[in-house]
Amino acid sequence: MHGSDLRFQVHNLTRVEGEGSLHLLVRDGAVAEARLEIFEAPRYFEALVVGRSPDEVLDIVARICGICPVAYQMSAVHAFEDLFGVEVEPATHALRRLLYCGEWIESHALHIYLLHAPDFLGYPSAVDMARDHRELVAGGLRLKQAGNRIVATLGGRAIHPVSVRVGGWSKLPRRADLLALRPALEEALELARATVHTVAELPAPPFEREPRLVALHHPQEYPMNRGRIASSDGLALAPQAWGEAFHEVQVPWSNALQSRGADGLPYLLGPAARVVLDHEQLHPLAREALAETGALESIRRNPYRSIVARAVELVHATAEALDIIAAYEPPDAPAVAWESRAGTAAWATEAPRGLLFHRYAVGDDGLVAAATIVPPTAQNQAAIEADVATFAPRVLDQPMDVATHTLEQLIRSYDPCISCATHFLDLSVERQPQEDAS
Amino acid sequence: MALDVAAGRAGRPAAARRPRVGVVKLASCDGCQLTILDLEDHLLDLTERFEFVEFAEATSRRSSGPFDILFVEGSISTPEQAAEIVRLRAAATTLVAIGACATAGGIQALRTAAEHEAFRSAVYPVPAYVESLATATPISAHVTVDAELRGCPIDPGQLLELLTAVTTGRRPQLPDQAVCVECKRRGIPCVIVARDLPCLGPVTRTGCGAICPSFGRGCYGCFGPREGANVEELAGDLRSRGGRTDAEVGRLFAGFTGATPEFRGVTDRLGGRPLLPLAPATAHVAGEHDTTPPAWRPDDARQ
Repeated sequence: MHGSDLRFQVHNLTRVEGEGSLHLLVRDGAVAEARLEIFEAPRYFEALVVGRSPDEVLDIVARICGICPVAYQMSAVHAFEDLFGVEVEPATHALRRLLYCGEWIESHALHIYLLHAPDFLGYPSAVDMARDHRELVAGGLRLKQAGNRIVATLGGRAIHPVSVRVGGWSKLPRRADLLALRPALEEALELARATVHTVAELPAPPFEREPRLVALHHPQEYPMNRGRIASSDGLALAPQAWGEAFHEVQVPWSNALQSRGADGLPYLLGPAARVVLDHEQLHPLAREALAETGALESIRRNPYRSIVARAVELVHATAEALDIIAAYEPPDAPAVAWESRAGTAAWATEAPRGLLFHRYAVGDDGLVAAATIVPPTAQNQAAIEADVATFAPRVLDQPMDVATHTLEQLIRSYDPCISCATHFLDLSVERQPQEDAS
Repeated sequence: MALDVAAGRAGRPAAARRPRVGVVKLASCDGCQLTILDLEDHLLDLTERFEFVEFAEATSRRSSGPFDILFVEGSISTPEQAAEIVRLRAAATTLVAIGACATAGGIQALRTAAEHEAFRSAVYPVPAYVESLATATPISAHVTVDAELRGCPIDPGQLLELLTAVTTGRRPQLPDQAVCVECKRRGIPCVIVARDLPCLGPVTRTGCGAICPSFGRGCYGCFGPREGANVEELAGDLRSRGGRTDAEVGRLFAGFTGATPEFRGVTDRLGGRPLLPLAPATAHVAGEHDTTPPAWRPDDARQ
């Protein structure tokens, strides 16, 4: 038979963290190949942490990602504390949530205002958007700054904070340090609530599908540092047991290992999965904001609506940060004592982009002997490919630049962090009709 | 450090076009270019003063040059990057390396040719699918660098200082003092003397503001060795205090600037280099010819 092949090549995806491309082959109107090609240079972190002590690992794994270093420190520190049987102070648990709130706010505000909103409003960047909507962008930057200030207050700097240690902290904040954050966070909470309404009004392409969603779930708290690994089809796994339901796969076209469920199928992580699976645990103000949008079902089904989920989590994180600050009483000591124990340390926490799993083999010498780190974007690669394959046929009759933009916007809706996954996204388009040889 | 932007453009009328700025990344975590976006209070003003013509993380508008100022984050870790940096250098009037990866190779530069194959096999079941150079190297190992901002990550204050210096046509003030000087200035008790913590402050260039000592721990060398640092004396001192093993002291130097000759020298002698052999990768391997896109449900046939 004779057919025509269309090849889309989206080189160097922009407004994502890291370097990647999208390759799409459409044969006779059907998607024959959809490959997210991640060519971010490998840095071999799983090898670099071998021979290191747990506290050294906390410093090293932060460098996997400049946008979400706290997430890497959180998964690692909880893995080690779980293996060593360390019970941290309740205040440490609360402060770690506060630190994570700071990172979620910084990361989500960055994505909503600087990376993603320009897509919906038709600008190439937030800077261009600011010419017409300066107050909107300036408000987004103040939100982002409020998140950064939390991280810097607890950890010394906004990127690669230094204070998280096994057992607690190298230094605790004083009450006054946290109270100083309040005015900025109170403004941020109002900005976040307004953000929910703004992004809920943004027009989303009418793409719907039934994804498998995976996120941590905890009956008493919106998931960050603890809970079971839950899914839209009823999974309930201990956070150490990621490997029982999922596995990593190397594909020839990506420097980032992918992940699949035990059945070989993709699954989706991130704000949309969390909001759908854990909306009952949202802060009352976030639950209220979500209810006002009536967007829960569209967040579940339409990937372009993830921006609403991200905004709802901005409300949650700013509101919870204020609650934690109000309740904070410094414990007697920054950290509890601990002793190393040989064995397997494993844990999962919720990074801004979704579930982040770490596993370390710890030897009798107290040093790491082997490591597996499974970032959320690496796990989301197959979901992105599945969505591109599902939606691409519907835009192929449109002009190439429109089709390309729609698909690029789709990929950006996952907030892919390619530096995490190894790291890159690049989008250019090649249309190459050709005779099928067969 | 030479900063050609000031000298080279001094004669240009101040009202002329905005400088064309590029921001690119190689092997890195994005944290240093994120520091630009983290200048929240200044960001919109900066975009009026400078034209960001290339900044893939922030804008879909692309440019391959020319650039008046090009900020480069990351180390050279693949053959493509080694070729790309030569092209970028030719397109840039002033090339500024930002961060520990670009200026010192970063944590990934701890791998040497001796470890490369073992590293690849520890992460990837089919290393042949992945291309990387045997070592990761700083930008200056490949092309001339006009200015450097050190740090892991860079310091926002130093970044603003550099941008201000460029705008006003003067040299940036980036002190080459030890972190110790910053501790003295801030009244932070010495963590080596008072708490017997291992600290690289005496041999590390300041720039961060002595964050780690102010947070109750020792400096781990993000800004790299300062000029003339006596690393051997510090290494000896850290070994004699607190009963640390050679390898523990060596590992302290094997951090984000651990590939600099000064720090690597200590690690090479005392230990703390990556440990071999490494356990093999555990990931599954997709069939080489299995290019069918994943589907949400097994019965979602698209043909």
